Amino acid sequence: MSVYYSSTDHFVLLPVILLALFGCATLLFDFWLFPDARQRRFLVWFLLIGEAFAGVALWRQQSFLNQHGGSINAFNGSLVVDGFSLYFHWIFLATTTLVGLISYRYFEVREEHHGEYYGLIMLAQCGMFFLASGNELVTLFIGLETMAVTFYVLVGFLRADKRSNEAALKYLLLGGFSSGFLAYGFSILYGISGSTKLNEIASAVAARDPFDPLLFLAIATILVGLFFKVSAAPFHMWTPDAYEGAPTVVTAYLAVGSKAASLALLVRLLTGALSTAHAAWEPLLIGVALLSMTVGNFAAVTQTNTKRLLAYSSINHAGYILLGLVARNTIGLQGVMIYILVYAFMNLGAFLVLTSLASKGIAGEDINDLNGLMQKSPAHALWMLVFLLSLAGIPPTAGFLGKYLIFLGLLQSGHYILAIFAALYVAVAIYYYFRLVRAMFTQKQENAVAPTTSLGMKLALGVTGVLTLVIGVYPEPWLRFAQWSITR
Amino acid sequence: MLHPITVTHYLVLSAALLLIGTLGVLLRRNAVVIMMSIELILNAVNINLIAFSEHLKTLNGQIFAIFVITVAVAEAAVGLGILIALFRNKETVLIDEIDILKW
Repeated sequence: MSVYYSSTDHFVLLPVILLALFGCATLLFDFWLFPDARQRRFLVWFLLIGEAFAGVALWRQQSFLNQHGGSINAFNGSLVVDGFSLYFHWIFLATTTLVGLISYRYFEVREEHHGEYYGLIMLAQCGMFFLASGNELVTLFIGLETMAVTFYVLVGFLRADKRSNEAALKYLLLGGFSSGFLAYGFSILYGISGSTKLNEIASAVAARDPFDPLLFLAIATILVGLFFKVSAAPFHMWTPDAYEGAPTVVTAYLAVGSKAASLALLVRLLTGALSTAHAAWEPLLIGVALLSMTVGNFAAVTQTNTKRLLAYSSINHAGYILLGLVARNTIGLQGVMIYILVYAFMNLGAFLVLTSLASKGIAGEDINDLNGLMQKSPAHALWMLVFLLSLAGIPPTAGFLGKYLIFLGLLQSGHYILAIFAALYVAVAIYYYFRLVRAMFTQKQENAVAPTTSLGMKLALGVTGVLTLVIGVYPEPWLRFAQWSITR
Repeated sequence: MLHPITVTHYLVLSAALLLIGTLGVLLRRNAVVIMMSIELILNAVNINLIAFSEHLKTLNGQIFAIFVITVAVAEAAVGLGILIALFRNKETVLIDEIDILKW
């Protein structure tokens, strides 16, 4: 007789149960307790307490794994907690907390402060949890859609703003389209293996020729679906529009959380179930990675809107991360993990500074809005400099570490030409990031408005800034954590 | 003498639906029709899943199909909500007129 809900299942699912509970509680208490818009910032405490509880539950899983090693399987192998998924859970936890901290001031300024926002970002985090932990197709699909549908709502959160509506519609249409492709690929994987479990799929895939038409169709459709989600060219069309139209705090969450979660699924599939068919997916991955770096870099050069510029830069980063997967060795994979972690903090930080530029009646999204930031608020300008250096990948900062490991992985596996391309594109990236630096430090602005700030924003700015520096200057513990996460 | 319908026939049908859905998404200009095309793609998935489930005599595929239907409904609900919000501000559902954000 099988047990339907064991204590192990509960142990594994506890973080997400807590998050869903607090998320739904936020939706309810918004109406009961805080009818007045000015009180709604107390709802941030729901988020913080929920994240703290989820953090404790995650910490118990972490210490269990530290003691016993291996992985914890739950629900007959549908969910798995291993180093890999825990690594991502910590990233999601940090990202959601930081986004929650910077959000309340932003929405108060826009006079669109609604309580359900905090519930929605926690529910999106639940979806991400299943994406990193799922070990079975149905679970993964549901996780992906939980996250995606929540993000459609979040992108269109400024209901009265035409740009936000338009961004949400574009994101929804292309997101739904890509989910359809992904599900089609999943259905064929189920057809060739007779199971929805990833480890049984792995053995069925290993028994087939990588260019078997059915398997190749499955791989191609799954990759198309996931390339959309991680915004890799040529499937990136939604990215600049969704990033520009969405509220800046949601853009930050979309750029970091959604991308990290989709990459978790991509890495798990390509290094796990589909690893034996690498002859089929490697050329696709190389082509998409090169195209992403090209499109991302050259389109970013001409942008005048900072959110669009960072959108193209995120397409470029997706290219680098995919190159780490092309290397197919430990160093490359370690580079991918470190890159995702570093990307989360530096990108959140950069968007945070942009968020603080928005004030009443000023969108703060044009490159000229950065003019003279050094005089108005040296702290913002200097932290932004750190984030931009890190995004460009310049040594003392964390961004260098991820790029360095990925280059090393490429060189070790003999992909010299790819490594040269990747290194050359850093030069282009430096050019457009320094347009922002130039605006902040050398341009002057009359009628200067000081950046909007709040306790949460200061806290989040400190955390992201310090981590961006610390990971770069003292990388050993982070490298060990990444190494631990990929040892199965 | 009629030939029996095998799993291959269902695969061809679902591939055709996928193709029609993809063309619909790429070529139509009405956002509602595009959403309908996305539903077509998801129905291609369902046909695949149920054909394989019948062929392999395992139930997983049918359960997967139920979840796909649920997800399609959730997506359509949110999508129509977003479309109504847009229509209130802009009075159009034609995607080539929805063009504030570009380049």
